[in-house]
Amino acid sequence: MIPRQILFAVTVMIVLVIALGFYFRKMRRQAELEPSAAATLPVVPPAFGPTETVALYVANDADGALRAQSAQIPLPGGRQQRAEELLRALLRIYQTPGAAHPLAPTSDLRSIYLVEPGAAVIDLNSAFADQHRSGIQVEQLTINSLVETLAMNVPGIQRVKILVDGKARETLAGHADLTDWFDVATVAQATSQ
Amino acid sequence: MASHINPFLKSNNGKRTTARNFLVLLLAILSLLSAATAADEKQLSVYSTTVNYTLPVVDRAGHEYVGLLELLEPFGRVTSDSRGTHCTIRYNAIDAQFEAGKLRSKIHGRDFNLPAPFLIENARGLVPLASLGALLPRFLGLPVDFHESARRLLVGEIAIHASFQLQSAPQSGLMVNFTAPVNPTISTEPGKVRMLFKRDPVVSPGSQSISFQSSTVTQASYSEANGLAELDVSANIPLIASFANGGKTIVLSALPTVAKAPPQPSKPATTAAPPAAAANKSTRLLAVVDAAHGGNERGAALTDQLAEKDLTLAWARLLRHELELRGFTVLLLRDSDNTIALDQRASSANTAHAAVYICLHAASQGNGVRVYTALLPAEGPSTGPFHAWNTVQSSALPLSHTVASAVLAEMQKQQFPARQSSASLRPLNNLLIPAIAVELAPGPNGLSDLNSATYQQPIAAAIADALASLRDRLGVQPASAQPAGSTTNGVQQ
Repeated sequence: MIPRQILFAVTVMIVLVIALGFYFRKMRRQAELEPSAAATLPVVPPAFGPTETVALYVANDADGALRAQSAQIPLPGGRQQRAEELLRALLRIYQTPGAAHPLAPTSDLRSIYLVEPGAAVIDLNSAFADQHRSGIQVEQLTINSLVETLAMNVPGIQRVKILVDGKARETLAGHADLTDWFDVATVAQATSQ
Repeated sequence: MASHINPFLKSNNGKRTTARNFLVLLLAILSLLSAATAADEKQLSVYSTTVNYTLPVVDRAGHEYVGLLELLEPFGRVTSDSRGTHCTIRYNAIDAQFEAGKLRSKIHGRDFNLPAPFLIENARGLVPLASLGALLPRFLGLPVDFHESARRLLVGEIAIHASFQLQSAPQSGLMVNFTAPVNPTISTEPGKVRMLFKRDPVVSPGSQSISFQSSTVTQASYSEANGLAELDVSANIPLIASFANGGKTIVLSALPTVAKAPPQPSKPATTAAPPAAAANKSTRLLAVVDAAHGGNERGAALTDQLAEKDLTLAWARLLRHELELRGFTVLLLRDSDNTIALDQRASSANTAHAAVYICLHAASQGNGVRVYTALLPAEGPSTGPFHAWNTVQSSALPLSHTVASAVLAEMQKQQFPARQSSASLRPLNNLLIPAIAVELAPGPNGLSDLNSATYQQPIAAAIADALASLRDRLGVQPASAQPAGSTTNGVQQ
């Protein structure tokens, strides 16, 4: 004969398990319904280093112009890490709601490779290109902005190549050609027009 | 010896032959079916003041059906809620209830009987095509003209009517005037010009067939089927078509009898115009007009219904017309919705020995017009006597800048907002000749301007004026007495 107290305790535990099961199921359904954008947003390790004043070349769709905008950002000591932090700071401007040249929130820089002599390779993630707006002006502004910001803040860069997910891509979003190296001097001349 | 033949073997051979014959017959039936299916893909064309689009039509139980949600979506906010056999559709403030398998429905509180049962497939409500003439006005509150047999639906008073005017001077021909700008696909065959209207709500000119008292142009006939309208003009002489009056008039005129340079036979389906030789002062200037994208390459999605490739093609045809009016011969690299690789475009323009190349693009951001020259890449190591393909434009770049500046100046003179810049845009880099790209952005009325001939035509005219002003710089001067003409065959793959 099982004592009544034990029966009671087991019954309570079974009820609790069933109730928890329903609760967890509800939580799981809620989690499935909630947008998972946060899971796809790039997670960037925080930058360390002394804060420096840099010039970011920020695009504006309204007039198709590139303007130098002063910013204070922590920059690591390494040349490559500095370059990455610079461009990430630029991307953050474009990902701010109401930006004059909006980019998708999932756009990110995978890495920058500084190749001697005077060459830099910018590797963007696929979301950057896949979700970029399509048009000659908007695409060229993005390219000019990345190239100018890099070249004006990292001495010695003379040409820049842009990859997407580590691979060459024909165009950024259907227009701007990415198959060749960008000449920094030529881009600078174009942005001054 | 027949008795020694293994009956089992004989039976097997017979079975194999029967099986083979059956397979062949099955294959034949399948190929016929697939051909028939491909030819009979049904579509409904919908025209309205705001949007034109096509929808697939499906056959169910002997009736033609179309998706109600897809039909209403372009017009406004619509939601659908299907539970079991019941489907509720809300369009703006109008609620409609349907039940699968039933004819009776309720729209905005009032009963409505469908001519065939409502269907739900994959949570998608299908209504019979025959019901659209009576059903849609209850949702849209607008009169609807439904050509059921042709599957063309006109919402509102938007029908475009055509009228005809014979011409005898300066050349024999026919002017077809429309009540609104049109953009048909035009093809010619011996004795006939065919104009196919997919996106224009052109309707019958009153009679399916009109005869003319003329020895050259004999008849015009109208027909419509499967979402398309077709206007055929029969003639005893070869005719060429050109647009005028902002796209509201199509002029069919006799092909000029002045001898032209023969097309180059070597490249498949590539037609080249005569070279603009500096020594021959009677040679016309050749301009290459390139409607960007096409075929598999849609370009930018300017709106939900408007792809960049379609707009650039319409605009290129307008520019062709404007250039021809100013004495240019025009090679349109793409005169239909086909895919052409960038290298192929550059190759065609280079081998045509044209005086200038203009590439047309469109965008939904910003406003006005943007004019671009090539942003040349960092040049790689020299490969002997040959220029790198990607920097071929370098020798012509100064003149390209001149062309771009002239176009910009003309835009500003006409008070169009315009900018000039450089872009890493192919195939500009690969061209031996002066080359610019022009990107059309929305006008003062926003995105609706983009697809409007009223907006596109004056910009095309400004570009043509700019090029005409540079005639001396671009090449030889044309002979003023020669009639306007064009080499308009697109490059086909």
